[in-house]
Amino acid sequence: MTTVPAGLDRRFRAAAASSGLLDVAYDLFDSPLGTLLLAASPRGLCRISYDPEPERETEVLAKRFGPRVLRAPAPLDGPRRQLDEYFEGRRRAFDLELDLASVGGFPRQVLEELALVPYGEVTTYGRLAAQVERPRAARAVGTVMNRNPLPIVLPCHRVVGSTGKLVGYGGGLERKERLLQLEGALL
Amino acid sequence: MMDTVTVPPFERFYETWSGEILAFLRRRLGAVDAEDAFQETFLRALRGYDRLEHGRELRAWAYTIAARVAADVHRRRRPAAEALEGAADDSRPAYAEIEHLANALPPTERAAVVLRYGYDLSYEDIGAALGSTADAARQATSSGIRRLRRKELP
Repeated sequence: MTTVPAGLDRRFRAAAASSGLLDVAYDLFDSPLGTLLLAASPRGLCRISYDPEPERETEVLAKRFGPRVLRAPAPLDGPRRQLDEYFEGRRRAFDLELDLASVGGFPRQVLEELALVPYGEVTTYGRLAAQVERPRAARAVGTVMNRNPLPIVLPCHRVVGSTGKLVGYGGGLERKERLLQLEGALL
Repeated sequence: MMDTVTVPPFERFYETWSGEILAFLRRRLGAVDAEDAFQETFLRALRGYDRLEHGRELRAWAYTIAARVAADVHRRRRPAAEALEGAADDSRPAYAEIEHLANALPPTERAAVVLRYGYDLSYEDIGAALGSTADAARQATSSGIRRLRRKELP
């Protein structure tokens, strides 16, 4: 069975990325919180996953954004660099195009509100619910956080229970704690 | 159900067939030209990928594109003089006559006929493209041709 030489494989993936033909480019990224999968559509970053299973992940991306999903590092260079800086404590805000086109309605409103929670601060599920004028929807806000397509960049780790308890995190509570420690919000 | 095979993410298509297609292009063109042809093949595949209606016969589809790219390379290699002397600029006149008919054949026979007479692939390569053997490819080709001769199309 012939394997494609690494150089040729790399050249094809780069050419595919710059052809403008991809619905989604993705790549894996080693972070202090383990391997992350980063994915971008032509409109912007569209997915960050903890503990990714690329096989399943590409299926989901294909369904949501179109079948031309390919591992291609170049379009993820910017996000990768900014995440590096963030993890090294040298970046407090992300300056990235985000593609939230596949998220609508209430979840979209909540994520847009979430994006405004500043570095190093925390808010509560109830407060976010109130900010989108659904004061009784704290639990639904929790669900939106759990399904956040762009954790870290959309800082759902900064949302805690009304008693200050961390409550939950899509990537596991340990990671939520590490992120809040990194930001100096937790001692 | 055959009809519900969805188109897989391009990554899976590429990972599954890229090695085999590269080997095929090396056989057709040699190692050096195969590299450019490989890139061209998968870029063409990418261009057409969102128009695929199902995920069946992707291997034969990949071979068809690769064979077309290889034919383009061969055409470019042919000395200009030869073209000026009026050598047939379509080296496949026989195929040109049946091409529009081939569309009506059952999928496997169509792929076999197209790859054999359109792109001059060996039965070994056609077998590989169809996920079967050289013998099965020879059979599919000849039964396709028989059907075309009899105009006995389904």
